[in-house]
Amino acid sequence: MVDLSAPTSAPLATAPSRTEAGPSGRKPRRSISRANIFLYGTLIVFALYYLLPLYVMIVTSLKGMPEIRMGNIFSPPMEITFEPWAKAWSTACTGLNCDGLSRGFWNSVQILIPSVVLSIAVASVNGYALANWRFKGADTFFTILIFGAFIPYQVMLYPIVILLREMGLYGSLTGLVLVHTVFGMPILTLLFRNYFTSMPEELFKAARVDGAGFWGIYFKIMLPMSLPIFVVAIILQVTGIWNDFLFGVIYTRPDLYPMTVQLNNIVNSVQGVKEYNVNMAATILTGLVPLTIYFISGKLFVRGIAAGAVKG
Amino acid sequence: MAADRKPSQLFRNLNAKVAAIPMILTACVVFVGGTLWTITYSFTNSKLLPRETFVGLEQYERLWSSNKWLISIENLFIYGVLSLIFSLVIGFLLAALLDQKIRFENTFRTIFLYPFALSFIVTGLVWQWILNPDFGIQKVVRNLGWENFTFDPLYNAEIVIYGVLIAGLWQGTGLVMCLMLAGLRGIDEDIWKASRVDGIPKWKTYLLIVIPMMRPVFITTLVIIASGIVKLYDLIVAQTGGGPGIASEVPAKYVYDAMFLSQNLGQGFAGSTMMLLTVLIVLIPWAYLEFGGKKHG
Repeated sequence: MVDLSAPTSAPLATAPSRTEAGPSGRKPRRSISRANIFLYGTLIVFALYYLLPLYVMIVTSLKGMPEIRMGNIFSPPMEITFEPWAKAWSTACTGLNCDGLSRGFWNSVQILIPSVVLSIAVASVNGYALANWRFKGADTFFTILIFGAFIPYQVMLYPIVILLREMGLYGSLTGLVLVHTVFGMPILTLLFRNYFTSMPEELFKAARVDGAGFWGIYFKIMLPMSLPIFVVAIILQVTGIWNDFLFGVIYTRPDLYPMTVQLNNIVNSVQGVKEYNVNMAATILTGLVPLTIYFISGKLFVRGIAAGAVKG
Repeated sequence: MAADRKPSQLFRNLNAKVAAIPMILTACVVFVGGTLWTITYSFTNSKLLPRETFVGLEQYERLWSSNKWLISIENLFIYGVLSLIFSLVIGFLLAALLDQKIRFENTFRTIFLYPFALSFIVTGLVWQWILNPDFGIQKVVRNLGWENFTFDPLYNAEIVIYGVLIAGLWQGTGLVMCLMLAGLRGIDEDIWKASRVDGIPKWKTYLLIVIPMMRPVFITTLVIIASGIVKLYDLIVAQTGGGPGIASEVPAKYVYDAMFLSQNLGQGFAGSTMMLLTVLIVLIPWAYLEFGGKKHG
């Protein structure tokens, strides 16, 4: 794996700079050199390409339909209207029902909270057992688990349908929560195992000598000391589960669809006139949760996704 | 009593074993069990429900003579190769630019990475709108005076997969940049000093010294992108729905459609087994290189 801590460590600024001339005595470079113009120019061009879709989304969602038909998608709105947002939230239609994205939002929340809690609880205990209480065969299971992260989900989709049906959970939110827990397990277990392994072993041994057991050490020592990794895991799971589409569409019923599935149904439904401003408002609304997490969490997010990249 | 004299091996570390039950169940039942189940049933003629009538390789023969599957494979190949090349090149370029001790590094990084926080559904829908020929880029350029300008990737079967590629790159290159930046920061400062002393131009240092040194980073990134590419599904559903016609179908969508829409489970199982095979072709050489044939790293 890549050294993931490197880009998140800011104190690099204090390290000796490699671009500035050494003590060889050359005149300090002016800040506006040709190289710098090229450097910042390229970066700004790329930044515009990355920002463009966000800009277009926001601008479109604030226009009325007549203005969209006349104007171009890049022009700012002449009259700002929040009607598309209201409509997307509460009255947009998805084939059967017309109560907008709000239904999907609350479904997603109901899926998100138990999934995040359960998957992190299970994976942190797993990681702890693997790091500190190694038993025979543990590594074999762990290896299988990690390889499982790379197996295309499609191979496991139908067997899980059968398992959930046997348990009577197919089509329910509980079933989907279990699916998220299972598929979150490889990467989260890896994350926690690596973190607990890096903690000083004396700590664990001292607690053992003092008579603490498996759960005692976990709750009294490991848990309080590993808050940062829990935050990383939460970020990873919240964005991952919120953005999930495939599991939502397969393992729930239409009235329980999560927000992403409902968004797709609203925008790509064939019947009716296409209301592009409502569509874009709905799209932003769906993206708002992970975007908020992203902008708030900053560097922790980078750590999270770099660790979770394997999840695809 | 035997059990008293020698505490049973099974009950040592009992708590840890109990705690690991979810992991063991997931690994054995879902991952291994599920995979073997699907592979087994890909040799049956299951339709609406799984059946145990084995028909040999018939499903695979049908799969490889199906036009939709062949188009799916072709699309995945084009998308995969181009996506690998472009995201590695762009990702490395951006990382190298950000590594020049520039100002506003955090701002630029935030901008390049934010699409990665968005789902493929959101990505697909935004780009569907921007590439809409009646309102999007095509119309804007035509309004500027080029009346015959044509840019309608999502409505042209020949180039639709490139329209998807634009959206996919927008979403994913930020991650590659991040991994590459981590790799670049891991390069020893002395390497740069030495190459400056020797008067080697910067681009040459990157090409001949830094990139070869970052081989492990490149391989890891490659595996991450590749295993993501095989799973490509949401983006297609949101952006094109597989259209126009079946021009932008991909294997993951073929499998989903066969299993859950057209009640053709056998085809779905055969298709997903082929996907698994594709991943193994990428994964096994990597695991071999990374772990040198050892069990774990």
